[in-house]
Order: sequence, then structure tokens, then C-alpha cells
Amino acid sequence: MTHDHAHADPHAPIEADTSSDPDYFDVMVHALQELLVDKGLIGAGEVRAMLEVVDAAEPSRGAALIARAWTDPAFKQRLLANGSAAIEEFGIDNYDGTQLIVIEQTPEVHNLVVCTLCSCYPRPVLGLPPDWYKSRPYRARAVRDPRGLLREFGTDVPPEVAIRVHDSNANMRYLIMPMRPAGSESMSEAELATLITRDTMIGVTTAKLP
Amino acid sequence: MSNRYAVGDRIRISARYAPGHVRTPFYVRGAVGHIERVLTEFLDPEREAFGINAGTETQLYRVRLDQSTLWPDYTGEPDDVLELEIYEHWLEPAPDSSHQENPS
Repeated sequence: MTHDHAHADPHAPIEADTSSDPDYFDVMVHALQELLVDKGLIGAGEVRAMLEVVDAAEPSRGAALIARAWTDPAFKQRLLANGSAAIEEFGIDNYDGTQLIVIEQTPEVHNLVVCTLCSCYPRPVLGLPPDWYKSRPYRARAVRDPRGLLREFGTDVPPEVAIRVHDSNANMRYLIMPMRPAGSESMSEAELATLITRDTMIGVTTAKLP
Repeated sequence: MSNRYAVGDRIRISARYAPGHVRTPFYVRGAVGHIERVLTEFLDPEREAFGINAGTETQLYRVRLDQSTLWPDYTGEPDDVLELEIYEHWLEPAPDSSHQENPS
């Protein structure tokens, strides 16, 4: 079915992919939004502003938090004790109402985050999740065969290190604090932040070496 | 507010299969583990899905399960574990480990 009927649409399509018709959920989302705006319950500008908040988050926020924790033991303690409260110190708006748990990688335990039900992800500190995080193979194999999955990410976890998988299936969100690599002792907080990538904070890899 | 379970308590995740907006994944239903930490109360998503919010605050826990109990053919290491969040009404007390070794 092609989108060939003429109608006066005040919202010109701006999607990158306009080659296919909107699916059931696209139509439902747009219909719901239009109804809420028409009834005056929300303003169109509020929807735009929320999208801007969502898009403003990116992995550099998480990296800044971890770099601070690596250099400031008191902050690290606060971050591990109550992630939601500690990120407020950085002015991060925990816009989705979830609570953040920060988990530290150690020489004894390697931690990995997944959401087997959907795509729950610490968006206020990492931005939107990568596509592979939402894929069924990642979601299934992270819980079923985490060591094999990690090897495919180039991360060989030795047998003496236990794997702890965190299924982010309900109200909490998880940010992994990688171990500070050897050789980074003289680096500044800003330099350290460049070693901490998105994937280290999901737990599929370790911090870059300086 | 009183929590039914405390850190370290052995629990079993209910093996119920009612339809609805359930946050307990199938792969952990029936599994035995222990309470890793007690979280706070959240609205029950199963009732929230039908627009019912008033009075539905439900205690949430983090539960730790041994990977070897989840997957009989697990090929990782014996200390590998999985943790996830389970609402109180999906938890049942489990016998302690000295009884657990007797599979029926």
C-alpha cells in the first residue's frame, strides 16, 4: 500500500526513511500525541523540548562521572551508594524517573548489563542505546552465554574472574564503572574521561589503555 | 511498610504464566536464588498497564541467581551469576540450600 492519498498534513514528514508506510505503532503514537495536544493536555513545544532533553544525553556524561570517581574517592563512594543522587551533582536531569545503580568492575567480578525484556538503558547518563543492545541475539546471549558473547566483543574474561550479568528488567538502570587502567596514574580527570567509552559502561569491554 | 524478605533470604521466583504486562522474564520463573538487595516500592506494572495506579505500590528486590541453576548446560564458570529485579508478589520463600540438593 502506498502513501498516495492527498491530504493537508501540517506536519511535513521529516524522517530519513520515508520509503515505507508508517507501521501500526507509528500511527498509534502520532494519533495519541495529536489527541493530547488537541485536548490541551500537553503542548507541541513540550514534546519537542523532551526530545531535545533525550537527545542531549550522550556517553560523555557517563565518562565524566567515572573519571571523577576515579580521581575523587569521596565522590566514588557517593556514586556507588546512590547513583541517582550523585548524578544530580553533575546537573544531570534524571528525566525518565528511573533510579541509577552504579556497579564497579573488580579484579574478581566482571559485570555486564542487558535488558532482556526490551531496551532499558541508563539514558540520562549514556544517551540512547546502540542498536545491538536492543537486538534479540544480544538480549538472549547476554544471559545465556555471557562469556561467549563477550569474546565476540573482543573481551576475554579469564576463568578465575566471575561474570555477573545484570538484567535491567524493571525500575532500576545500571551504569558500569570500569577499572582504572594501569599507566593512567598521572592523567588528569579530563584525560581519563577519554579512556571511558560507552561500551565500557555497558560492560562489554574494559577501559582503553592510556 | 514492611518487607517480606531481607538480604540473603533464599527465595523462589514464582512459575506463573498469567498473561499481561509482566516484568518477570520467563527464563527465571521457578528459579531459586537469594535476595541481593532490597530496593524501594514502585507501582505494580501489571496493574499500571490497565491504568490502575492508586494503592499499587509494590516492593521491588534484586535477586541473585547462579547461572548453573538457570541453565543446566551452562558452559561458564561455577561462580557466574545473574541479577535482576523482582516484585514481591513474584517471590516465594525457598527451603535453605541443605534441602535444595534433593531434586524430586
